[in-house]
Amino acid sequence: MKCPECDGEIPLPKDAIEGEIVTCPDCGTSFELYKKEDGRFDIRSIQVVGEDWGE
Amino acid sequence: MVYDYVRWEEKVIADAAKKKGVDLKLVDSKDVSLLLDNDYEKEFGDVVLQRCLSYFRSLHLTATLEAKGVSVVNNFNVAVVAGNKLFTTLALLKAGIPTPQTVLSFAPESALKSLEKLGYPAVLKPTIGSWGRLVALLKDRDSAEAIFEDREHMFPLYQIYYIQEFVKRPPRDIRSIVIDDRVVAAIYRISPSGNWKTNMALGAKAENCPITKELEDICARASKAVGGGILGVDCMESPDGLLVHEVNNTTEFKNTVPATGVDIPGLIIDYLVKLRK
Repeated sequence: MKCPECDGEIPLPKDAIEGEIVTCPDCGTSFELYKKEDGRFDIRSIQVVGEDWGE
Repeated sequence: MVYDYVRWEEKVIADAAKKKGVDLKLVDSKDVSLLLDNDYEKEFGDVVLQRCLSYFRSLHLTATLEAKGVSVVNNFNVAVVAGNKLFTTLALLKAGIPTPQTVLSFAPESALKSLEKLGYPAVLKPTIGSWGRLVALLKDRDSAEAIFEDREHMFPLYQIYYIQEFVKRPPRDIRSIVIDDRVVAAIYRISPSGNWKTNMALGAKAENCPITKELEDICARASKAVGGGILGVDCMESPDGLLVHEVNNTTEFKNTVPATGVDIPGLIIDYLVKLRK
């Protein structure tokens, strides 16, 4: 998958789960994995840090 | 397991379930559509592990599932108390557990008066929040006034002035993972150079911490005080002994597993199986 920020290659984890956070190894931007209609994974932007995110 | 984003923790919990032959269904809370008249007990199984990253999402979903007869870990009352630093402090004080001295005010003027009682430096924390976000060191009256002025322009949650003494401690604190009122693993979280905070999200280093009788005892009491379940209890080593300063409701353990070698995800699954109806 291509990073929309830097065009780097983001590897798809072998055991990928929908909703998983993946990070571009080149620029460090994080994305959320989601399944397209054809069942294949793609990435989309996520909220970087929500005000109520955490433990 | 309900979630909104899958972190390392959620992945290893799912892996642990698979290894143990436990049927763990993953439910993305962002896809949930609940008609509140309906019954959801069968759909959500015997027990739900709440792992949403968003506190408000998790709290509202837990409330709804529990009202529909679904068991949730952690339960709603625990999520309310452990998800709010003030409510946690009140629960700890009620149970007689040592915790940093805390003052509460609702306006900058009264917060400054509270600080005269508490003394400087002190620590201003949002009652809801994580990862050290917006936690501010109030070094003196000038810095307190400047920070309070900023808070007055923020969401009303940040105008609850929950302020704690700055405890004299080594540049570290202790994070204990507590399951069913028992400490299963503990780490020192060592502040990164030049930072007084000990949050892993801010670059703190994790090292195994021996589980002493004192640590075991205070963490078990803190767990019981907020209602039990799966918790991350944070302690500071004060000159007078351990103090509990936080209890985390949806604890992360990404750094605790490699530092301690403890199979925390496996222990979480074992606990959920034990709770199964």
